Amino acid sequence: MLHATLLAASSRPTWPDVLVFAASAAVILVGSIGVVTSRNPVHAALSLVMTLFGVAVLFIEQEADFLAAVQIIVYAGAIVVLFLFVIMFLGVDRAEDITIEPLGGQRPLALVFSLITLAGILAMAATAHWVTGAKQVVGPIQGHVAGVNSPAGEPAQLGKQLFTTYLFAFEATAALLVIAVVGAVVLARRPPTVEAEPEVTESELPA
Amino acid sequence: MSLSGAWYLGLAAIVFTIGAIGLLVRRNVLIMFMCIELMLNAANLTFVTFARMLGDIGGQVLVFFVLVVAAAEVVVGLGIVVTNFRRRETTVADDLDSLKG
Repeated sequence: MLHATLLAASSRPTWPDVLVFAASAAVILVGSIGVVTSRNPVHAALSLVMTLFGVAVLFIEQEADFLAAVQIIVYAGAIVVLFLFVIMFLGVDRAEDITIEPLGGQRPLALVFSLITLAGILAMAATAHWVTGAKQVVGPIQGHVAGVNSPAGEPAQLGKQLFTTYLFAFEATAALLVIAVVGAVVLARRPPTVEAEPEVTESELPA
Repeated sequence: MSLSGAWYLGLAAIVFTIGAIGLLVRRNVLIMFMCIELMLNAANLTFVTFARMLGDIGGQVLVFFVLVVAAAEVVVGLGIVVTNFRRRETTVADDLDSLKG
């Protein structure tokens, strides 16, 4: 059944699906190139938002509706806003000159090595046909698309897996978030001024 | 029915490469962080595609964890950027050359 549906999916996609994929792929590529080539950090952050929206559309297209919502809320709503907040807070929202490259030959080398990586990924995919065998790692298969046949739908499946199979990892992420918050507070705390202490001792000495 | 997974995976590989190029080429720490987010997003797209291709919701659960780790990473990273800006008045990685011999 899995192979039959995969074959049907690969052989005859409907034209709205092709259109949606092409549009979001264009949005994603333009956005990601914008992140890399923007001279102003604010423009880069807005290009990143564009890319994130494109990825969210592709999530919906692949029946991961809940993750698309989480992607918009967490990434576009929280992470990029945090980026913009820091850019504005530090006042670095000026265009910078990116034509100067202090390290000679670094850009062509970076391009060449990244393209070699891309070629490696694609070649590996072409020989391994992207999928290396295992039909299923954990949990029962609920139809060929995860959770689509279950009565409660995909978020319920996701939550069930999160709180059963991946419970330990879930608890570990809770600890990770607490550590990150404490670390951010410690980093953002202004250190106590060192001039205050000698003054106190000097004023106490004559007395 | 949706397009075959190979299209999505190819797109994700290209986005990952663009992020890697940006990380290597750009000098502004904030933009380097954004390029890391691009690479994480490419990985997320790959996970969702494999979840669909293999009929296993574990891929989507992993996307969840990647989101959490990305949020934690950005919080700590931007905290370091702010602290460093207070001391050195710069967000350019090339200016942080105190250890240069």
